[in-house]
Amino acid sequence: MKRVLILFAHPKFEQSRANKALVATIENIEGVTFHDLYERYPDFNIDVIGEKKLLEQHDVIVWHHPFYWYSCPPLMKQWMDVVLEFGWAYGPNASALHTKKCLNVITTGGTREVYCPTGSNNYSVNEFLRPFEQTARLCGMEYMPPFTVMGTHNISDQELEKHTLQYRQLIGCFQKNLPMGTVGDCEFLNDTPQLNKVDSK
Amino acid sequence: MSGSFLFAAIVFLAGAIICVPIAKKLGLSSVLGYLLAGILIGPYILGFVGDEGQDILHFAEFGVVMMLFLIGLEIEPKNFWQMRKTIVGMGGAQVLGTMMVSFLLFIFIGFDWKVSLIISMAVSLSSTAITLQTIKENGLMNTTYGASSFSILLFQDIIVILMLAVIPLLTDTEKTLVAADHADHIYLLENLPLGLQALAIFLSVVLVILAGRYIFVPMLRLVAKTRLRELLSASALLIVFALAYLMELVGLSPALGAFLGGVVLATSEFKHELESNLEPFKGLLLGLFFMAVGASINFIVLGENPLMISGLVVAIILLKALILFLVAVTFKLKVDQRLLLTIGLAQIGEFAFVLLSFAFQLNILNRFELDIMLVVTALTMTLTPILGILNERLILPRFGTKKAETRSLDHIAKTHKVILVGFGHFGSTIGRFLRSNGIEATILDSDSNRVDLLRKMGFEVYYGDASRMELLESAGIAEAKILISAIDDSDAAIHLSKMVKAKYPTVKLMVRAKNRYDAYELLNMGIEDVYRESLETSVKMAGDVLQHLGFRRYTVHRQAQKFIQYDEEGLRRLADKPKTRDEYIFKAKQEIRQQEKQLEEDLKRGIIEYDNHWDSEQMREAHKMPKNQ
Repeated sequence: MKRVLILFAHPKFEQSRANKALVATIENIEGVTFHDLYERYPDFNIDVIGEKKLLEQHDVIVWHHPFYWYSCPPLMKQWMDVVLEFGWAYGPNASALHTKKCLNVITTGGTREVYCPTGSNNYSVNEFLRPFEQTARLCGMEYMPPFTVMGTHNISDQELEKHTLQYRQLIGCFQKNLPMGTVGDCEFLNDTPQLNKVDSK
Repeated sequence: MSGSFLFAAIVFLAGAIICVPIAKKLGLSSVLGYLLAGILIGPYILGFVGDEGQDILHFAEFGVVMMLFLIGLEIEPKNFWQMRKTIVGMGGAQVLGTMMVSFLLFIFIGFDWKVSLIISMAVSLSSTAITLQTIKENGLMNTTYGASSFSILLFQDIIVILMLAVIPLLTDTEKTLVAADHADHIYLLENLPLGLQALAIFLSVVLVILAGRYIFVPMLRLVAKTRLRELLSASALLIVFALAYLMELVGLSPALGAFLGGVVLATSEFKHELESNLEPFKGLLLGLFFMAVGASINFIVLGENPLMISGLVVAIILLKALILFLVAVTFKLKVDQRLLLTIGLAQIGEFAFVLLSFAFQLNILNRFELDIMLVVTALTMTLTPILGILNERLILPRFGTKKAETRSLDHIAKTHKVILVGFGHFGSTIGRFLRSNGIEATILDSDSNRVDLLRKMGFEVYYGDASRMELLESAGIAEAKILISAIDDSDAAIHLSKMVKAKYPTVKLMVRAKNRYDAYELLNMGIEDVYRESLETSVKMAGDVLQHLGFRRYTVHRQAQKFIQYDEEGLRRLADKPKTRDEYIFKAKQEIRQQEKQLEEDLKRGIIEYDNHWDSEQMREAHKMPKNQ
């Protein structure tokens, strides 16, 4: 059983309908550590030693956050800046994170359609996530395609429920270490056969 | 005389002290314990108490007056106004319905119509004392059942005045014959025409309201300044006595007057102080009242007419219960609440003693009818608590009753989840910040001048000395989630924390500490949430100093956070060890030296090295890059 660490960053969690639903389905799964960064570090004063220990204890690292200005909320960036230390996470002889899997789970207000060369955002979500992808690679982690809940401004209850179920399945797949699509052949993990074959039956 | 008084006092007190704990141990309500104690010491079993039972009953009825005053204190005027429909609707339906059915019943049994009317009036009333005491004891005041019972009882309190006015009209004999007997009752207004009487009653109600605002509150403020606790008790008693006297003067029920006075004072800062002062008196007097009821059960009459009396008791309880049930159904109470109400109010109340005796003196009832009805009344009062227990144990579990149906009614003044003790500079900042986030705490402060001022500014502050458990209890500590101590006096804060922790361990205590030493003491008591008033501000100031000296603000901010964390850890490390005074001082000195050392080290090492997350020095070295890249 692989251990999953969900690093969650949302400065206004109490007002996010989509994220409340998503978090509620995964926060109490056994073997999953749900780590609410804004709740733990309201003053941005991150306990680096504690965070490093937490990372060492898990096999799958999830950056779960809303998409703000095409990136993550500032505390998550702060987390990357101070926790992913040179000489520990990357650099010569640094191997603390090697072989761990890593991915972004994001919610966006805009729909999938606007995140493309012809849409108003010009680039795809995957392109916007390049810094995360490269960060993970530099730290020797295997970066997976993101899991996304898009168009949250107008999402229906049924759609949201479908996504929360998929999120739960996704975490289950990671725990069982089932093979997933890679960046090359799958834009979003939402589309992997693992999630959709269960979904369609 | 004084000897016999002392003996009577001993008998009553001993009876209560023996019977009530037994009743409680058996899981019965204290009301039942008192009633049984009364029966035990009464003329038919141990014979300690003879005919004076009736006198004591009159005296002890004052407990009911106090109880209504206390209930009034918990109901703010606007809530009272919201309840008017329930009071008139449920109360009216219950009284009229019960009167009609029992009138027919007694006519059917063969009583004269006048007698039947008097008895049906008596039967329609329920016992405020028993019902409300039981409700309070079980913590059901905030349920629909509690509020409905209260509304009905209040209506009965009002309607009984009308009944007392109507009874003399039923008499054949000349009214003057009995008037002499009652010189102390209604008689100030008796000779006035009806219109003027009504006016006088109206004026007295207005007087109560005005007195509450413009006499009682200023008086209490004056007394509070003397800081003599017993004077506050005296004032509380004086207020209730004065209200009761005024009401008797104009022929209203003293209980009703006291209730009104309570409602007027409910919004004043002395609310909780008055409550905590009167609570013990009320408790004792009510206990006495219940014992007197027990003692007044005439077992000779019972022995002579066992069938008739038991038949009447059963019939009356059933009849009252039926009407109550119908009322509850009409007003859409939930099943469990419906059952509680049905059984809770099914007894004949203490007003029956008054009504029946009055009718007897007016020769409408004869001795036999009076005796029978008095016994029936006392028996129903004894039986309903027992039925209540049966209901609770055997019937309600089937309906999944919740003990406290939370806040289903907003009639009863809300109990806050947070209690804030001390509203000086420290506490008021807490209160203001909580309020700006929509959290209204119940605030207690012992400076009457400040309380007055703050209330004028719209804060809900109560006057009172929070070192007394009773005050905290009437402020609702039993239901509170958090108690904040923001008291300036360290000893008082520590005393308060100790007391609350011992009695209400589930309430979260958050305590202001003046300095490290108070903090140690609190930590050693097992209180985790200790807030040193000298820590954060000092560190912030020191940080500002560094900024003025040219340090980058963000760097200083991070250093300040680390420093506070370090200091808190050191505090807890030191508090862990119980210590002798010497050791204490030694440890403290050591800690301070350690702190100095740490500071020096921080400085020597330099901030950048200590906080190297944005530093490229190591990378440059690792990659052997030129320094100025």
